[in-house]
This record gives sequence, C-alpha cells and structure tokens, in this order.
Amino acid sequence: MGQAYSAGLTVTDSIILRKERILPLKGQVLVKKGLKVKGEDVVAETLLPGKVVPFNLANKLGVTPAQLENYIKIKPGQQITKDTILAENKGLFGLGIFKNEVRSPVDGEVENISAVTGQILLREPRIPVQVKAFIDGIITDVFEDEGVVIENKSAYIQGIFGIGDETTGLLKMLAVTPEDELDAGKIDESCRDKIIVAGAFISYHVIELAVKHGVRAIITGGIDDQDIKKLLGYDIGVAITGHENIGLSIICTEGFGKINMAEKTFNLLKAFDGHKASVHGRTQIRAGVIRPEIIIPLDFNEDELITREASLPILETGTLIRIIRQPHFGRIAKVTALPEELTMVESETLVRILEAEFSDGTTIRIPRANVEVIES
Amino acid sequence: MQYDEKRLTRIVATDCGSTTTKAILIEWIDGEYRQTIRGEAPTTVEAPLNDVTKGVINATQELEELARLKYKNPNLKFMEDGEFVIPRKGDIGVDAYVSTSSAGGGLQMMVTGVVAAMTGESAERAALGAGAIVMDLIASNDKRMNHQKIERIRQLRPDMILMAGGEDGGTVKHVVEMAELVAGADPKPRLGSSYKLPVIYAGNKDATNEIKNTLASKVDLIVTDNIRPKLEQENLGPARDKIHDLFMEHVMQQAPGYNKLMEWTKGPDHQAVPIMPTPAAVGNIMQTIAKDENIEVVGVDIGGATTDVFSVFTEEYIFNRTVSANLGMSYSISNVLASSGLPNIMRWVPFDINESELRNMIKNKMIRPTTIPSLLEELVLEQAIAKEALRLAFEQHKEFASGLKGMQRQRDISEAFSQSTSGATIVNLMTLNLLVGSGGVLSHAPRRNQTVMMLIDAFLPEGITRLAVDSIFMMPHLGVLSEISAKAATEVFRKDCMVYLGTCVAPVGKGKLGKPALYAKLELPNGQKFEEEIPFGEIRLIPCGEGEVAKATLKAHGGLILDKDKNRELTIDLHGGKVGIVLDTRGRQPFALPVEKAERIKSLKKWMRELKAYPEDILV
Repeated sequence: MGQAYSAGLTVTDSIILRKERILPLKGQVLVKKGLKVKGEDVVAETLLPGKVVPFNLANKLGVTPAQLENYIKIKPGQQITKDTILAENKGLFGLGIFKNEVRSPVDGEVENISAVTGQILLREPRIPVQVKAFIDGIITDVFEDEGVVIENKSAYIQGIFGIGDETTGLLKMLAVTPEDELDAGKIDESCRDKIIVAGAFISYHVIELAVKHGVRAIITGGIDDQDIKKLLGYDIGVAITGHENIGLSIICTEGFGKINMAEKTFNLLKAFDGHKASVHGRTQIRAGVIRPEIIIPLDFNEDELITREASLPILETGTLIRIIRQPHFGRIAKVTALPEELTMVESETLVRILEAEFSDGTTIRIPRANVEVIES
Repeated sequence: MQYDEKRLTRIVATDCGSTTTKAILIEWIDGEYRQTIRGEAPTTVEAPLNDVTKGVINATQELEELARLKYKNPNLKFMEDGEFVIPRKGDIGVDAYVSTSSAGGGLQMMVTGVVAAMTGESAERAALGAGAIVMDLIASNDKRMNHQKIERIRQLRPDMILMAGGEDGGTVKHVVEMAELVAGADPKPRLGSSYKLPVIYAGNKDATNEIKNTLASKVDLIVTDNIRPKLEQENLGPARDKIHDLFMEHVMQQAPGYNKLMEWTKGPDHQAVPIMPTPAAVGNIMQTIAKDENIEVVGVDIGGATTDVFSVFTEEYIFNRTVSANLGMSYSISNVLASSGLPNIMRWVPFDINESELRNMIKNKMIRPTTIPSLLEELVLEQAIAKEALRLAFEQHKEFASGLKGMQRQRDISEAFSQSTSGATIVNLMTLNLLVGSGGVLSHAPRRNQTVMMLIDAFLPEGITRLAVDSIFMMPHLGVLSEISAKAATEVFRKDCMVYLGTCVAPVGKGKLGKPALYAKLELPNGQKFEEEIPFGEIRLIPCGEGEVAKATLKAHGGLILDKDKNRELTIDLHGGKVGIVLDTRGRQPFALPVEKAERIKSLKKWMRELKAYPEDILV
C-alpha cells in the first residue's frame, strides 16, 4: 500500500499569508513596521529613470566627434531645460558670422557625451512608480529602500491559469452551481468594479460584456483557449502571463474547456460573496512557478500570524482526489488502493497507478500523476 | 576523481528535469555494473515547496520501495532523515550520489549588431545556437530611430545581451553607438535586481576599450573574441561558450533548492561531484558514441521545457549542440502549437478532432505539466505534437550546426553577402549513420515502434540510417556518472541504456504514388527471405532482432537514390533491433503527405498499421 506525494493547488478557508512587496528599483518605503494597511495603500515608491533622448550633436553642429569638446557647453550630470544651449561654434573667423548653436529639445539631465560617435544622450525627468499593498494586512518587515512584507489571515485560492494583473474588488457570485456556464443576461451595471464568479465556463461574448460593464476580474472554472486567443489577439506560447491589458483580469481555477469549478472552491467563494478580495492572473509555468491567486482577507489577531511549514499533500488510502486529465477530468474520488507495481493503462503506458472510488460507487484505476489531492 | 568497484557498489543518480525528477540505481552485481531500478517523481520547483531536493527525496523513496520489492529485503534504505547516507553500510546508504539538472526554463536574450544581416545575424546565430530565445535583434541599420531602440531595450528585460558588430579593424563608431544606446537604456535583468545584467561583447576588438568605458560601470560586461573577425569568417564558439556559462550561473541557479542539491552530490569519500547541466551530460555521451564507433551521429533529447539536438559530423568529429529553449512536451507544449501551427500537428493525426478540443488539451497539458496520457487518443495526439517539436528543433539545429575546426566557420566572400540564406549546414542526413532518441516521449513510448515512427517522421532520415533510443532515459545520469566512474558509465551504457531499434532505409527523391520505388531482397539470419517490389508511398517493417543482421539487396527506381554517391543499387548489411528494419518509400526532398484530409488519414493509418505503432482499434 504505502503512500505517495502528489502535486496540488491550495484552496483553504484560512491561511496565514506573507507577501513581499518590492520596488523594481531602490526607492523609498512609506510605511513602518506594525502599521495596518489596506490593499489600495501605497507602501513604497521610487522614480524610474526618465526617457532617453539620443541625438548626434557633432553632426548637428557640423564638426567631427573629436572636435566636439571645443564647442560643448554642457557636462554629463548637468540639469538642463528645454532650449538650454548644448553646443555652439564661433562662426566664421570666430566673429560670430554663420554662428551655429544647438539647443536641448527637452527638460532633464545630460547623461552622456561621446567623443567617439559625437552622440549625446539627454534624459528626461524621472517617472514615479508606486507599489501598493495589494492585500489588507499588517506590515511585518521593512527592507530599507526596497519594500515591505505584509502578512494577514485570508481565505485563499490558487488558480491554475490566468491573465491580467493585480486588482481588488468585492466578490459577486453570478453562478448558482459549479456547473453553470455564465449567461450574458447576468452581466449588468451591478457588476461594475466587482470580481465576478462564473461556474464551469465563460464565453468570449460574456467576457466582452464584462469588460464593457467595468468588471475588474472574472473567476471561472474553465475557459476556451480559442477565446483567449481572440481576446489577446495572439496565441499564448510560453505560459508567462499577467502583463495583458484587456480591461480585466481572469482567474481560471480548473483549466481549459468547460470544467466544473471544484466544489470546495465554489463553496468558499460563495461563503465570501460580497467580501473584498485581492486577485491577479499572473501565471508562470516555469522554474519559480507563479499561479494566479484569490485572496480574501479575514479579521485576525497579530499572534495568529505564524506561517505553517509547507508540505506536499500525501496520497494514501482514504485521500480525496480530483482527476486532472481525461478521462473523468474534474471528477472527485476517494483513493482505495495504491498498488506499488507498474500497471498498464489504456494508452499502454506502464505507470504507477492508484485505485479510487467515485461517490456513486464506481471504481477507476488511473495514473497517480493525473490526480491532485484535495486537502481536508 | 575516479573510483573503482571496491569503492562504488551502489550509486543513485538523478536528473532533475523541468517536469520530472528521474532517479536510477546502479549496482555492482556479479562482476559488472548494471542499472537495476528506476524511480521518478514530479520536480518540486513549484510553490508551496519551492525546493528541488523534495522531488529528489520522493524519487529516491520510489527507488527504495521498488528495491525492497525486487530484492525482497525490507531493510534496504538509501536515505535517512531526508539525506543520503554515504558511503553505504550494508543495506543502508549508497556509495555516491550524482545529479544533472535542467530545471530553470528558458534563456531570453537580446542581441545587437551593426548590420542586421551580417554581424547582427551572426550574433543571433550564436545566441540561438546556445539555446536562447532571441527577443529582439537591434542593429544600427534596422530602421528604428535611436530613441525607439532605447525604449525597446528597456522594455525587454532579457537574461543577458550579446553585442556584436564590426570586423576586427573595422568600424568603431557604430559599435560604440550601439553600446551608448544600451548604456542609455540601463537595462535590468529579468530575474531579480540583485545583480547587474550580463552583457557579452563579441565585436570589433579595436573598440573594446571604448566599450568598456561606455558600459563597464552599468552592466556586468564580459568581453570575448569577435564573433565576426573578418567578413568572410564567423567565430561563434567563444560567444556561445560564454552564453552557456552565464546561463548556468544566472538561469539554472534560479531553480529553488539548487544550492542544497549541490551539497548532496558527492562520492564515497564525501568529495563533491558538481551537478552537471543535462545537455552537457548527454553531449558527453553522444561524442563518446561517435568516436568509439567511428560514425556520424545525431541525437535528440526532448524534455518538458526544451529540446536539445546534438550532432557529430565529418571525419573530424565536429560536435554541435543546440538547445531549443521553447520546444518541449509539457511546459513548452503550447509553444510547439504556436510555432508549428495547428495544421502541421493535425497532419500526423489519423482521426478527426475538433480544433477547440485539441487546443484545450494542449493548454491543459501546459498548465498541469506532470500529467500522463492515459487514453490512447491523447497518446496519439501527444506523439503527433512530439513529431513537430522534434522537427522544429532539428530544423534549428541544421541551420546552426556549422563549423570547421573548433567552432570556426570559413565562408567565401560571395556567401557573406547572402547571409539570410547562408549557413551551409554540416548536417547531412545521407551520410548519417545513427539517430539516437532520448527524453520522456521517446524513451517511455509504450511501444518502441512508436519511437521508430516519431524519429522517422520528424527527422526524415535519408538512405540507410540506424535508429536507437535511450532505454529508460538515463543518458544524462550516465554522463555525470562518468565523472566518478567511466567504467560504470560505459558498462551501463552498453548493457542497459542504448537500445537499438533497427534500421531505416529511405530512398531520396521524387516518385509517383503506386509506381515501383524500391526493390528489396532481405535474407534474414533465421533463413527467412523478404522480397518485394515496393511502390512509392509505402512503409514496410521487417522483423529482425537485436544483434541480428540481414543481407540486403536494394534497387531504387525512377529518380530515387540510396546513398551519398547517388547509387541506385546496394548490397548491404542491415542491422536489426527491437523493432526491425523499416523500408520507407514515401520519398525525401520532398517528403509530402497527401493534402486531402481523408486521403491523408487513410495513408497515416496504413503506415501506422504497418509499423504496428498503435492498437488496431484506433486505426479502424
């Protein structure tokens, strides 16, 4: 018999979360350790280098790059405004006749002057960038100049695939059962700024409607790959997503096609209908895997903030499993045996299998790799 | 450091792939080294574990369980408290643990050059050859304004940049200008901001000092030999090697738990055995085969995220390796669809399937990469996708496998002006002796006949070519094992790893469907004879076992030829194997499948039936 480890996504009504919120470049942290923050609060900000404006000053002045230093009026690092004289020659015989001067086209700073190419680089003013808390919680750590750690207690669901970036909003259950296919009639102005929950499927047409009504995010069991292609205008090759800008974020909990949302996931979302949630569709199916998240912050005391050590879900007799590949994709069963010998399945592949029983009493034998554990 | 059989009696070797961690047990039994047990577990780089060593523990646990069953000894144990016991003490522990790793995913690069079709293309070739995805090629003459180029560089966030430009003694100005744009963009690496972006400079050596002045303070600048020292000479080797080094340092190291794994891999005296990148380990093995047997070899290792192709050609054993970073059977499966297009996949499928259903199936495999096809129909589809992944990877390889001695390629001046169609490949399928497949989809195909079909359809071998497969996918393990025991690696390679599948005979040229293409007379060692005038567009499989040789008389008809000397008649020994001898008269150069769907499906079924690739019920 024995037991085996299995992969799985986390779906839980209560977890202690720890989120790092880090600036892309060093900057300023705006909050102190111990402060309670809301998802929308800015916790750190920085200035990204401004746009670079390159142009060939030597050419404009009509001199060789090596000669440029005789005419230049600026130095690297110098602040300039529009129309600052960058270089000028003295004109014919040094008398100012046909005098040529080159002025800056922008406000900013001189970045570089090259005597090799005659090219100068001007940099426009810096661009402010802010990092928000994303989740309601408490600042438990501050990395000086870089960012913070926010912790909270949340109901938490990991999606399998998503598109679109971070957003927050109130959950709105539109599906009645996990098998529902979301009907266009349910999308109206009441969905504006909400995170709506579909059941097993949402079609391209309904997604478009949701965008029109200002929905912030959609949570669905399944979605059609062709619809995603239509929405994005391209086929997703390598699954690195989150940067798409289609007007809302989509979090898919089960996979591609029409697949019933796992009952546990559905019930959890239903229990928190109307609650605030933070979600994102970022997915990276590569080393350092990122999966989409649905985070519903709960009330908590600070002494509750102790994170449990991560462990792999264990497959053993009695474990509840969900099947994650055809046949029976999406169905729930209970493990009845874990034979150790390699067994041949329909495709004639020799694999380690498990035996399981559906709630109606029928039994199956499937590869262990094709199930995930439903943690109780 | 090499150890003998007194020090090494039981070894565990793992390969941590991007999808699965494969563990094998190698033991000294009855005076020889043999591979005895194999176990596997999902690679654990995903949250919540984020630690590659957990997958190693799980795979080793499976080895232990199977070893206890096999030897009926409940006391056998290789690990205690989650770590290997080294050296072995009776039933407990192992004498060495070694590992390879390819977890880490793709390498994303940006390249620059002065003239896009010349130095730019050379830089691109070097980057692609080293396994990178080239996100963009930026050149002085690429028609974008300088500020647009700067914006583009800033947006990209590559893993590294390769800068080429100028032959030695040529333009300095344009090369430095490109460096100024890179410096102006101040690019940041994709993974983390804790280190500077690596930038390899492989351009005009006269510009090196200026490049250093411009870039050294902003990026991690690495200077190497000019990729195009002369217009008619390309020198990709040094830049490619630098890319590989940086790939290991910056990309593979991102695999969580990698540092712990490095502490685990050691020999009997606790001396560390460095983790070897999987492609390097497989490359070692391929070169050994070619040299030992004095043959030309093409090898392929198709994984979940990447497909590596290796080749050894010409008398000088010129070795080439390419890594197609985004062609694979799980993480990258969706990119195979995006790169090849749906019709190219569907052309290998002997039944009708709705496009939307197929797309969803492929995407579901991508997001749940560790699942296995349990249904026959899904297996057929995955193998169709595999043919396309292999074909695309091989095309990339052919384009980039070039070279005279070392990594240098000489071209004459006329070729230098037509770069986009240049790059005379040294891969010659007509002279190729052996095609070796490795990687899950080839090594673990339920029937070896499927492996033969995938290799033939994807690589389209020409003339006479032997086919082989890595039995259970252990070339990486043996590649790293050879670092501590060449004897163990060689013995296991010959006895347990290499499985000869048979020989493919494929006349090259056009023919007319149904008209005679190949007369074949084979005398088999058991006295049986096969004789047939095979029409064009057919496949025949003649059983001929491993270690057996058939005496063959072959005559090609029409415009078809059988070898590099354009012979139409050959009397030759054909080697058998697990599957047998395949006579393939579907033509080469061109190889074309029927365009009309019903006709194509009918032909596919006929060929698959002849090759005994699938059970009859799916071919009805």
